Amino acid sequence: MKIESPVQLAETAGQLNSRPRPPMKLLVSLGTCGIAAGTQPVLKAIKDEITERRLENAIEVSEVGCMGLCYAEPVIMLLDRESGKRLIYGDVTPQQIPAILAAGTDAPATGTRTIERNWYYPESETPADGEFQARIVLRNTGRINPENIEEYIAEGGYTALAKVLTEMKPQDVIDLITASGLRGRGGGGFPTGRKWQFAANQPAGEKFIICNADEGDPGAFMDRAVLEGDPHTVLEAMAIGGYAIGASTGVIYIRAEYPLAVKRLEIAIRQAEERGLLGKNLFGSGFDFKIEIKFGAGAFVCGEETALIHSIEGKRGEPTVKPPFPAVEGLWKRPSVVNNVETYANICAIVRKGAEWFRSIGTQGSPGTKVFALAGKVAKVGLVEVPMGSTLREIIFGIGGGIKHGREFKAVQTGGPSGGCITKQHLDLGIDYESLKGIGSMMGSGGMIVMDEDDCMVNIAKFFLEFTLDESCGKCTPCRIGNRRLYEMLEDITNGLGTVETIEKLKTLSATIKDTALCGLGQTSPNPVLSTLSNFEEEYLAHVKESRCPAGVCVKLVHYTITDKCVGCGLCVRHCPANCISGERKMRHEIDQSRCLKCGACYQVCKFHAVEKH
Amino acid sequence: MSCQCQCAATSPTRTPEDAAKFDELGRFIASLNVDAIPDRRRGYLIQILHRAQSIFGYLPEEVQEFVARALNISRAEVYGVISFYSYFTDKPVGRYKINVCTGTACFVKGAPKVLNEFKARLGIKEGESTPDGKFFLGALRCVGACSLAPVVMVNDKVYGNMTADKVADILKECGE
Repeated sequence: MKIESPVQLAETAGQLNSRPRPPMKLLVSLGTCGIAAGTQPVLKAIKDEITERRLENAIEVSEVGCMGLCYAEPVIMLLDRESGKRLIYGDVTPQQIPAILAAGTDAPATGTRTIERNWYYPESETPADGEFQARIVLRNTGRINPENIEEYIAEGGYTALAKVLTEMKPQDVIDLITASGLRGRGGGGFPTGRKWQFAANQPAGEKFIICNADEGDPGAFMDRAVLEGDPHTVLEAMAIGGYAIGASTGVIYIRAEYPLAVKRLEIAIRQAEERGLLGKNLFGSGFDFKIEIKFGAGAFVCGEETALIHSIEGKRGEPTVKPPFPAVEGLWKRPSVVNNVETYANICAIVRKGAEWFRSIGTQGSPGTKVFALAGKVAKVGLVEVPMGSTLREIIFGIGGGIKHGREFKAVQTGGPSGGCITKQHLDLGIDYESLKGIGSMMGSGGMIVMDEDDCMVNIAKFFLEFTLDESCGKCTPCRIGNRRLYEMLEDITNGLGTVETIEKLKTLSATIKDTALCGLGQTSPNPVLSTLSNFEEEYLAHVKESRCPAGVCVKLVHYTITDKCVGCGLCVRHCPANCISGERKMRHEIDQSRCLKCGACYQVCKFHAVEKH
Repeated sequence: MSCQCQCAATSPTRTPEDAAKFDELGRFIASLNVDAIPDRRRGYLIQILHRAQSIFGYLPEEVQEFVARALNISRAEVYGVISFYSYFTDKPVGRYKINVCTGTACFVKGAPKVLNEFKARLGIKEGESTPDGKFFLGALRCVGACSLAPVVMVNDKVYGNMTADKVADILKECGE
């Protein structure tokens, strides 16, 4: 049935919420990593158990998106509708299911792992103790079934669009978003309201509103989680943006590596069209809006807005110089607004709760929250959404549970290949767009890769440059050739061929690339080099002066020596492929360093831990 | 303006299977109604190439020619797009597409060791297929399953928490 007015929308939501429903709700996390970790067999066990024990009227199973608890997948949440009690189980196996369903929500089943919820929903709750996370962007992700529009409507979905279309003028919407201080969550932090204003100021005619879902930053997966877990939020926000700037077509540009997100978006668009929430004359306002999906094909640079537009037009995704900005001349040379998925996911909440409410969360300059994808050597890998201004210590050690295996924290990399490393001394800095820039990194899309003492920072810089080399479109010389030279210098250093001059050259060339490259990708590509150099210069110096890799990563710089613990068993001699170990039986052996291949075979086979690696 | 040499129009060597594939691609292109706005025909190129690659497995010259004609653009432009995007390939690939994720999270957790083990066992470099057409080895950037790092994808299946030791098991699993 089509929904044609706000009243009808409210009635539908009311009916959905007053339906008789089973007292217990069981949420099963079915995002990409949940499925990879084995949620499907768990889901099957749940369904079998429910059929077998005839629990259809007692438990409702809902397949939801990612809850952000990636470290504990497969994750399920049991919720008692009446008492509001809930239990979150992690590392669930199909064998545990009968016990979990039998135990209810009063006490956890024995032999299982339960997880405390550490987030709250600012739209409807106040934080309790230990709830560090504030979920605005992820408010529905992991709570509703993304493939069923009814669940979204029941949670107040599409009320923001109804309000905008029936009570507000386009300029009111732009003023509201400007007043909220929302900034682009894709990395740059450009004020969203101002972007919309530019496009709205262009002469009326065909315009486009585009969603950048080309999440290419390695190590960031929040956009995927939102699209897989709550696609309607993005659709609704795009319609609101379209109304504000005068566009009747929305385009979602999504990377081909996210098949599940594509599938769920397609389902969501179809369901919204069936309900009349996308299409012609929405809510009787005379406003038409349709959404198309366009696919990327594996090019990181297409996250840059001009490159993205070229890619939608079916061309090579090469960036062009701005101005003209897309807001003036974008897709098919029409005014276009490009916003990131996470930015859109904030819009509906702002419309419902107002600019003041949004400003009450986060910092003065960067209101609201930010989702971070916490990964690397941290104990609890997952998605976290915290108010802007939270410290890295709260995120990594509070929510993230510290470093895995009790190792020492060394650095955290934010901002992906364009960002930088942050060290221990800045752990207590409240993070927002400006503060991160101030310490030589950037917000980026929110990837947060934690590194410990076993990571070599020169090698990390080399890794990011290799990425840039792969992804450079080749259009401008500084990026195409300059980064190649940077990479070669870093390779020299990790191979023990670098000198102090190499480090000086690295600095000069990095500065040149920053100043002269054409687009954001090139201009920021030397950042990993510069930030590791400024924070870990002693590590670079150890490589070039002492031919030593302090983390023991750079193979060519590693030395193996045999200590007093050697009993002369000869095992290493037999395994050495270069025959460079010698010594009499039952006497301490020696490695001929000039012939050693650094393969590590002796280190691995020695039963007496007599071979040392430095 | 279209090419006059009739290179693709008269290709007598097409096998029945190939002809069926071209028919399928032709039907897909027809369903898109690419001529609705002639200036914007190109906007369908990437979508069509995705479909073509899923039908044929790769994008040989004949297919490129076919797509170029359908959109009335030059083959050079089609090839330019194929060579730009890493997802597209104009060479046949192995039946088992092994992709090692080399995103940041996987990198710090040891993806290079896993990749090297695959290289050594298969005797090919990344981006290549084995001569028997069984395996393709590639490296891709972040599948977004960072909690399982390091991750390997074989066709559509994700293997998490990989180590070099598990490489042999995966290859064995693929053995027919």
